[in-house]
Amino acid sequence: MLITSALISGLGLGSMYGLLALGFYVTYAVSSTVNFAQGSSMMLGAVFAYTFAVTLGWPFWSAAMLALALCALYGVIVEWIAVRPFVRRGSNAWLMATVALGIVADNLVLFTFGKEPRGFVLPWATGSTQVLGVGVSPLQAVIPAIGLGLAAAMHLVSRRTRLGSALLAVVQNPDAARLVGINVPVAISAAFAVSTVFAGAAGILIAPLFNVHSDMGTVFGLKAFAVAILGGITSAWGVMLAGLLFGVVEALTTSLLGSAYTQIVTFSLVIVALAIAPNGIFGRAAVKKV
Amino acid sequence: MAGLRTLLVLALALSAPALAQEPIKIGLVTALSGQSARAGEAITRGVAIAIDELNAKGGVLKGRKFELVRRDDEATPAKGVIAARELLFKEKVAVLFGGLDTPVSLAIVPIVNQEKIPFMGPWAAGTPITKNGANPNYVFRVSAVDEIVNRAMLQYAQKTFNAKNCGMILVNNPWGESNEKGLMAALGAKGLKPAGIEKFEMNDVDVVPHLTRLKAAGSDCLFLVGNVGPSAQVVKSLDRMGWKPPIVSHWGPAGGRFTELAGPSAKEVHFIQTYSFFGKQSPVGEKVLKALMAKYPDIKGPGDVTPAVGVANAYDAMMLTALAIENAGSTSGPAIREGYYKIAQYQGLIKNYAKPFTPDNHDAVNENDYVWTQFIDNQILPVGMKK
Repeated sequence: MLITSALISGLGLGSMYGLLALGFYVTYAVSSTVNFAQGSSMMLGAVFAYTFAVTLGWPFWSAAMLALALCALYGVIVEWIAVRPFVRRGSNAWLMATVALGIVADNLVLFTFGKEPRGFVLPWATGSTQVLGVGVSPLQAVIPAIGLGLAAAMHLVSRRTRLGSALLAVVQNPDAARLVGINVPVAISAAFAVSTVFAGAAGILIAPLFNVHSDMGTVFGLKAFAVAILGGITSAWGVMLAGLLFGVVEALTTSLLGSAYTQIVTFSLVIVALAIAPNGIFGRAAVKKV
Repeated sequence: MAGLRTLLVLALALSAPALAQEPIKIGLVTALSGQSARAGEAITRGVAIAIDELNAKGGVLKGRKFELVRRDDEATPAKGVIAARELLFKEKVAVLFGGLDTPVSLAIVPIVNQEKIPFMGPWAAGTPITKNGANPNYVFRVSAVDEIVNRAMLQYAQKTFNAKNCGMILVNNPWGESNEKGLMAALGAKGLKPAGIEKFEMNDVDVVPHLTRLKAAGSDCLFLVGNVGPSAQVVKSLDRMGWKPPIVSHWGPAGGRFTELAGPSAKEVHFIQTYSFFGKQSPVGEKVLKALMAKYPDIKGPGDVTPAVGVANAYDAMMLTALAIENAGSTSGPAIREGYYKIAQYQGLIKNYAKPFTPDNHDAVNENDYVWTQFIDNQILPVGMKK
């Protein structure tokens, strides 16, 4: 029962890490940059959805859709303000700029939304059913399904569609992509929008299990980056599977050894895994042709 | 010459009542903004109601009235120290009241002991605030104390739930750590051991693995220590597990929207308070509630006095302080300190205080004075009382 419970708990949390890490994958694949403040994007998804659904009383689905649309807009803003100006000058300062923008977002929410954590109750997501002697809430079953579904969609879009091919072309050779008529800046903005939508979706999904507050995404963002690196940031399936693996190892460690060991074991395993496979478990080394 | 002498005598005669009327300043350093602002406001209201009552009776020391001077510590020790220094050195307060944050009070304690100005704690529960090792010690408190709360938690679990093997689920921070020590000491004193000790992070979404371990270890009750958000995560995780052990908690859940965060099972958590304005009130309780409703338009009944512990502790603390100043016969710090020890009896809001302070005991409230409460909807009611 201890193991079953840990597996269910770990798969749920792991999909969240995976979804956030997919966001890192999308932007890295297209532009070799990432939004380091993915945790803030996640928080924004939850805060927007809470505001529309609870404060304004809208139906959940319309609240969630508008929240995701605003997250997409935020992604575009991140790219415009904190990434593009620095990349254009060949600087790596976007690393710090994305972190800084995330802190600004967190604090703006702190002022407007308040410091008190709020509870996001979804009637269909509460309650629990017994599965193999372990209580599972409907949301715990939905989260991994949505996470894996999005990873699959991402994989299909990038491999099977013209849009995906265009995005891959941008990362392989931006100049050549531009020559064949691909609008590179729009493609990169779109990648950031998709990235924050993934994070926002994670925020909305996790909110009923957690509570909504301005710094709810900080630790998630950190773990998700570890997951993205662990999975190999160049593989959509890789980061999703690494997310699930990280979540399950985390829950199993807590269940078998106790919570005092959780962070020590999980992050030590990340280091060991990267020492063995420097490009991540599912990643491939980038080949630079000169 | 005679004229001059007459003038001097006249001037002295005129100035004497003026001196007698000079107000006695009471300082208050607490959070007045941010997340804990409501708690700071509760302390303010408790002190203000007591001061109104005392001033209406003519004050102390033959007609000197009280005046409250407040400063915001923004829940940070550094700001608290600056505010305390200003109140001590510039405003020259006779007694300094503290707020709800243990770290802020701990930062102020060495200053008041050095300056020999009494400090009164109406909320922060950290054991070392009053047990600070200073001699002479100028720090007094009318509030819960962690180590006493821990003894009361064990006593309540055994008496109410017939618990024999409690597990601890504690937030992983200094507060959780101090309660782990206190609970271990309380259990040890009765020759008992915990079923297990689990610590969880403030940001943990799922506490099921921690709770599953405690369940597997045979816990028949849980000792919970955490602020409102983390406590809600424990309750939601228990719901998912379908496990319903008795939950005996420190007063963390009282600090916010616990029912909204934890859902319907919020009511299963029994937590400690020092006072409740619900139920039959003593004459002092009725008087204070009436005064609160008259002074503050937003208070229409007992449910609006939130957090009640802040108001009640601060009211009694101010009344005891007035007695100490009267006993002292002056506003000198060392004399007021002795004045606290000389309080023989006072019928307060929380209880009938008999010799509340001695050189060995600077805490006026003990385990027999706690009230066990639960959230029913959005209100904190004594356990078992329906709204």
